Amino acid sequence: MKSQPKKKSAKSKRNGDSPIWDLRLYIAGQTPKSLTAFSNLKRICEENLQGKYHIEVVDLAKNPELARTDQILAIPTLVRKLPPPIRKIIGDLSNKEKVLLGFGLTRL
Amino acid sequence: MGTRWLRLLIFDMAIKAKKRKTRSPELKKARTGIRGLDEVTLGGLPQGRPTLICGSAGCGKTLLSMEILIRGAIEHGEPGVFMSFEESSKDIAANVASLGFDLNKLADKKQVVVDYVHIDRSEIEETGEYDLEGLFIRLGYAIDSIGAKRVVLDTIENLFGGLENQAILRAELRRLFKWLKDRGVTALITGERGSGQLTRHGLEEYVSDCVILLDHRVTDQISTRRLRIVKYRGSLHGTNEYPFIIDEKGISVIPITSATLDHAVTSERISSGIPRMDRMLGGEGFFRGSSVLISGTAGTGKSSICAHVASAACERGERVLYFAFEEAEKQIVRNMSSIGLDLNRWIRKGLLTIQASRPTHYGLEMHLALVLKHIDEIDPSVVIIDPINNLVSIGSANEVNAMLTRLVDFLKTRGISAVFTTLTAGGASLEETNIGMSSLMDTWILLRDIEYNGERNRGIYILKSRGMPHSNQIREFLITSKGIDLINVYIGPEGVLTGSARKSQESKLRAEELLRQQDVERQEAFLKRRRKAVEAQIASLQAELQAEERDHKILSNNNALRLSELERGRKEMARSRKAD
Repeated sequence: MKSQPKKKSAKSKRNGDSPIWDLRLYIAGQTPKSLTAFSNLKRICEENLQGKYHIEVVDLAKNPELARTDQILAIPTLVRKLPPPIRKIIGDLSNKEKVLLGFGLTRL
Repeated sequence: MGTRWLRLLIFDMAIKAKKRKTRSPELKKARTGIRGLDEVTLGGLPQGRPTLICGSAGCGKTLLSMEILIRGAIEHGEPGVFMSFEESSKDIAANVASLGFDLNKLADKKQVVVDYVHIDRSEIEETGEYDLEGLFIRLGYAIDSIGAKRVVLDTIENLFGGLENQAILRAELRRLFKWLKDRGVTALITGERGSGQLTRHGLEEYVSDCVILLDHRVTDQISTRRLRIVKYRGSLHGTNEYPFIIDEKGISVIPITSATLDHAVTSERISSGIPRMDRMLGGEGFFRGSSVLISGTAGTGKSSICAHVASAACERGERVLYFAFEEAEKQIVRNMSSIGLDLNRWIRKGLLTIQASRPTHYGLEMHLALVLKHIDEIDPSVVIIDPINNLVSIGSANEVNAMLTRLVDFLKTRGISAVFTTLTAGGASLEETNIGMSSLMDTWILLRDIEYNGERNRGIYILKSRGMPHSNQIREFLITSKGIDLINVYIGPEGVLTGSARKSQESKLRAEELLRQQDVERQEAFLKRRRKAVEAQIASLQAELQAEERDHKILSNNNALRLSELERGRKEMARSRKAD
């Protein structure tokens, strides 16, 4: 993860058959937990949502006002803005099954 | 080298000690602005430290913390952040609007920020390590945006319901309170009362500088709120449970400890409005600022005396506050007009205020707070409470006594004269008030029924009156169409006579007196006659004596004449006989 606030997956635009996943990861500075969360997220998305996702990283250390408007408490927090409903997953996303469960993507 | 080093060390220590000395050792306090609470905490909450406010549901935690925050912003220039974990900003604004605060306006003026932290476990999935840095950033941003000095976290324990990982949560809470302390904000943390501990999740473990416990108890269907300072590190504080009330002006704590016995006294006297009663009280009436108790059985005229006192004060141009717990204002005015007192005149002039309410309408503390509030607003010189024992119906005698002690002390510190009435139950000892009030009172006037000869009459006497000579006599007490009149009673071998017995006794006495008078006159006439008779007798005897004396004189003259004639005859004879 780099310092720029937004990262987009290049392949997100072309896949019309299923909805685009709009994900937002809230972090506060480049802490080990944030880095772990980002790499975990990236991996899970690549494995399960290839070409259908779009990750935005928000650094609350830079934009503290967003913590209030977006109701963020824990760091890191992953928010699924689309498809609705809004879901929140907190933690470093180290448990893949739980993340998929949170997204409603579990294949079990 | 060694000695030089040692000298330097000692020098350094001396400087440090001096620095410590110059810094004030006193704990800095943030005034709450809540009436009574600053007195109980001897100046407010610990400044720059967290305070825990705990209590069961509905005891006023949120309101107390919100009011401290708002008053801090308005009255002490300390902006505040209210972080709510329970209610939305809209609800909170509506809640405080009922206390007369406009939260939106305060927010516009950058005095208060309300941040609602929405947390719902069903929306959140937890996976792996995390911390609450988001909350810190959020709070820090809110504090910085208005330069807040005070922070309320209401109720942070809700996080325990929203987050699964208790270990992380506890560690983060510990970090949060330390962080708040480091930032130097005066923080108020509310917590729901748990079983066996002050808060459900043991927040007192983290917040230990000051803990305030709120309580809401219902006794005999009447609720009373109470507040207690459980601990206050580094400061003295009141340790009792203090009743507090929530009304349209916010929270008021009523500290019993503020009742002191060092009020100023005056020797100024005020009239009771009944001239004969003033004469019984050393000739001049009550002391100004003293407390007067009028006790008596039902229908002995307690309220009538109160009305007289009120009327007399109004005539002097003083303001009177009359708390009526038995009758409505209009009823008092009507009843008193029947004894010649026009109270309406004083009400219209704004000198007399009658506050009528049923005792059972509020709890005891509410009553006291309302009484104090009205006194504050009206600033009267005479307060009448009629009657006090009705309050017993809403509290135990002890509580009423404590309340009245506070009230009496409050009135005395203000130099307000107070008249209390109390109803003595039939059959109870007259010299006993059911709430042990008498020691609080400076003057105790006792009204009693005197039942005799088939009728009841009213008697009045002064049981005690501190600092003045007072009459020890029972007077008969008449309620006439021109007001109260006191008259002497007949006290004789047959006991105290009042009413028609007194009247008949008086007429009996008058008849006896008349009879005696006639006796004396008769005797005098008799004597006169006697004297005349005796004098006549004396005169006739004297006349007799004189006549006898006269006779005797004549007789003795004749006798002498006869003797000399005899002598002359004898000489004549001798001469003729030529005797020798």
